[in-house]
Amino acid sequence: MRRYSAFAIAREAARYHTGWERAWRSPKPKKKYDVVIVGAGGHGLATAFYLGKNFGITNVAIIEKGWLGGGNTGRNTTIIRSNYLQDPSAAIYEKARSLYETMSQDLNYNVMFSPRGVMMLAQTEHEVRGYERTAHANALQGVKTEFISPQRVKELVPIMNINGPRYPVLGALWQERAGTARHDAVAWGYARACSDMGMDIIQKCEVTGVRSENSVVTGVDTTLGQIDCDKLAMVVAGNAGHLAEMAGFRLPMESVALQALVSEPIKPCIDVVVMANTVHGYMSQSDKGELVIGGGTDGFNNYTQRGSFHHVEETVRALVETFPIISRLKMLRQWGGIVDVTGDRSPIIGKTPLGNCFINCGWGTGGFKSIPGSGWAMAETVAKGEPGPLAGEFGLNRFTEGRFIDESVAAGVAH
Amino acid sequence: MLILECPYCGVMADETDLHGGGEAHLKRFGPGSSDDEFETYLFHRKNPKGVHFERWRHVSGCGKWFHAARNTMTLEVYGTYPAQTTEPPKELVAKIKKKHPEWGGYE
Repeated sequence: MRRYSAFAIAREAARYHTGWERAWRSPKPKKKYDVVIVGAGGHGLATAFYLGKNFGITNVAIIEKGWLGGGNTGRNTTIIRSNYLQDPSAAIYEKARSLYETMSQDLNYNVMFSPRGVMMLAQTEHEVRGYERTAHANALQGVKTEFISPQRVKELVPIMNINGPRYPVLGALWQERAGTARHDAVAWGYARACSDMGMDIIQKCEVTGVRSENSVVTGVDTTLGQIDCDKLAMVVAGNAGHLAEMAGFRLPMESVALQALVSEPIKPCIDVVVMANTVHGYMSQSDKGELVIGGGTDGFNNYTQRGSFHHVEETVRALVETFPIISRLKMLRQWGGIVDVTGDRSPIIGKTPLGNCFINCGWGTGGFKSIPGSGWAMAETVAKGEPGPLAGEFGLNRFTEGRFIDESVAAGVAH
Repeated sequence: MLILECPYCGVMADETDLHGGGEAHLKRFGPGSSDDEFETYLFHRKNPKGVHFERWRHVSGCGKWFHAARNTMTLEVYGTYPAQTTEPPKELVAKIKKKHPEWGGYE
């Protein structure tokens, strides 16, 4: 792999950009791999990357039914934060956030991590108490957050109306080193690094069945034929339930649509990420100047990758109230992603009832921000056969044992 | 927008008049049941790609709970029926089966 650098740009500029090579190979699948990872989204690719980097396992195939990073990796609002209430969540999300800090250097690929700060508005007394509690919990967990006053909110975001008629801003939970990154670049950067380690990324290859002998996985059937493996990792987000059914078990999970939209581009007007959970809206400004807006999930099972229109209305109404200057903006695009939501709104990482088959799913609305941490924890689980300290609490068995990591109350709607 | 016919009041109700209640016909377990049974009842869901039987409540209308058969891939609604039953009506299952012969049927 040729390294990207300022020198490389100068070199290629001098020879009309004829020397750039493809970022990753697209090989035909081999008969057998040590590890097959189903799903080449951020989480699947990150799992592969840390399998190679931390454990030296490189005889790995990552198979993907669509194209690389074409699912939720490219459908989110790119927010990265780790201000969670529960210890296991804060640990894995903070691991992810800290890995994002050096990701561009680690991958030699600019993922445009921008630690611009994330603010979660408290607009009811209940939220003020909740976020103060979270700030205290974060202090104990070693995650740097603080509860800030409405005046400080106004200083950070001058375009915000903090004296709104319905929900005045009473304060905010502020994480200074949280922010955004370029979502596609995260998938591309991992893919390039994985391909460089000799791993095979096989796109347009759908899994049609899971093979097993004596309750131990032996391979998968795909649209490109049978691929054998010693270990199988399912990292397919919203389609996890479908894949689990092929492997003969069920998941405590449901798939719903979550949508986002972007406005026409305008001059820079907001340089932090603002989340307003009471009114269901969050917003940041992309480098192109578009306002990136996220809303709530639909209340019914859905695989259609589009959301209900009335949610767009609710989200935009809430944001216009909070940011009056955006009232005349036109919205350019709207899209939906399928999020896999578990009973306690926390992910599942760990073993499955099928031997040597591991699962990573249920990230729900918190998928993008967790990519490196999730990959790190999943790689450890796959390599050792047992979940490590980061993944330990997130096993499937927590639903049998009633040992929930209850973030649905802690984090409001948007994760 | 999703539109369901309320089987009680007969109104063609918009999604905004309704509230989703998740998977229908769950087998309930009470005191004395095993951990696995509780897990199945409380958390395990079919979450199918395709035909889904589910509960809805006509919140901004008559307030009644009812059931619907809907496709999670296309949002097509096959029909609605009253809540006083533990499985979908045979006619409705037959109607869906006729339309999608590859569908595995209600289990």
